[in-house]
Amino acid sequence: MAETTEFELVSPDRLLISEPVEMVVVPGVEGDFGVLPRHAPMLSTVRPGVIDIHEGGKVRTRLFVAGGFAEVTEERCTVLAEEAFDLEGVSGEKARERLQSARDDLAEADDEFAKGRAAKAVGVAEALVAAVGG
Amino acid sequence: MPSLKDLRSRISSVKSTKKITSAMKMVAASRLRKAQEAAESSRPFAERMDRMLGTLAGSVAGLPGAPKLLAGTGSTQRHLIVVVSSNRGLCGGLNSNIARNARALIRELQADGKDVRILCVGRKVRDILKRDHHKLIVDTFEDWGRRTVTYAEAEPVAQRVLDMFEGDEFDVCTVIYNRFRSAISQIPTRQQLIPFPVPESANDNEAGDGEAKAIYEFEPSEEEILADLLPLNVKTQIFRAMTENYASEQGARMTAMDNATRNAGEMIDDLTLQYNRTRQAMITKELIEIISGAEAL
Repeated sequence: MAETTEFELVSPDRLLISEPVEMVVVPGVEGDFGVLPRHAPMLSTVRPGVIDIHEGGKVRTRLFVAGGFAEVTEERCTVLAEEAFDLEGVSGEKARERLQSARDDLAEADDEFAKGRAAKAVGVAEALVAAVGG
Repeated sequence: MPSLKDLRSRISSVKSTKKITSAMKMVAASRLRKAQEAAESSRPFAERMDRMLGTLAGSVAGLPGAPKLLAGTGSTQRHLIVVVSSNRGLCGGLNSNIARNARALIRELQADGKDVRILCVGRKVRDILKRDHHKLIVDTFEDWGRRTVTYAEAEPVAQRVLDMFEGDEFDVCTVIYNRFRSAISQIPTRQQLIPFPVPESANDNEAGDGEAKAIYEFEPSEEEILADLLPLNVKTQIFRAMTENYASEQGARMTAMDNATRNAGEMIDDLTLQYNRTRQAMITKELIEIISGAEAL
């Protein structure tokens, strides 16, 4: 087994994943970045997108995150996400439904706060649709 | 001396009360388990959030132009207190403890000549605080925590706090909630939300283990990350306060209802004893009357 780095994915209501991985690719705001063991320490904002966990040169798990933060040190990579789930089990149809309802919300939003929120939800849903390849 | 009929009806009323309290106890117990899990699983996020903020805050604090959520507005004159309580009663001293704690804080601050305003999360504490501090209450959130507390329910509360801060309505924000320790012990806890208190331990760590000393790269800049991270932190802290408080509520209710059930049981025993004695006494009295009547002949 190759060298591993400790990967953690945490959402506000639970700890989704905490396991050693060989490589993980995180969608940073300024582009995706791969994290291998002994990565230089960094903090980054994460955009809505897909986190890929690689093993043996192949993608083993694909996880969707709705934006958040990543902290990388030499021996671990922690991602804090406001929402996160495994992409397996999410159909293209479900994703498009979500996008549709997010767009409806945006159209109905009347105040500044609701609009901002709905726009963000649309962005997340778009990323989700793109992720499932719909 | 109550009549037999009175006693009978009292016994039956206590019995039905006991049924209700024991049912409430069962419900609270089953919800407690879920709520406790939720409270415990919201801890990792908050812990890691603290760690990240500690790292960031250490490198940004003291710089001019640090975000207001971190550095404060430069004044501590106006305070906002977010008080988290339950929406329902019958949970022992939980809400009055919180209210007492909040009142003490209000008095302290007012004695120092500060302006205080209150944001109530949960109906019960509003009802209690309304009596003395009616004018200070800004708003109440009561539409949450029907089954469990969800992150989406914490969002409007956090948004309101952030909006008020943006609107320059207060300088310091403190949240008061019941921290869940066990079913019989809940601790009223005060926590400062704004400005973010840089944890002492963050600095200690830097001295201690080499890892934290490492120089981080930031992507994008520290300021931009902080600008996103700090509001998220406010949100998660409020969410955490709400989940902890919800677990506390279920725990407190379970204990309170357990006591009530036990008391009702004792009362039923006492009343039944009294009922039997009275019945005996009446039979004896009737017998005496019959016998003495027969002897008189």
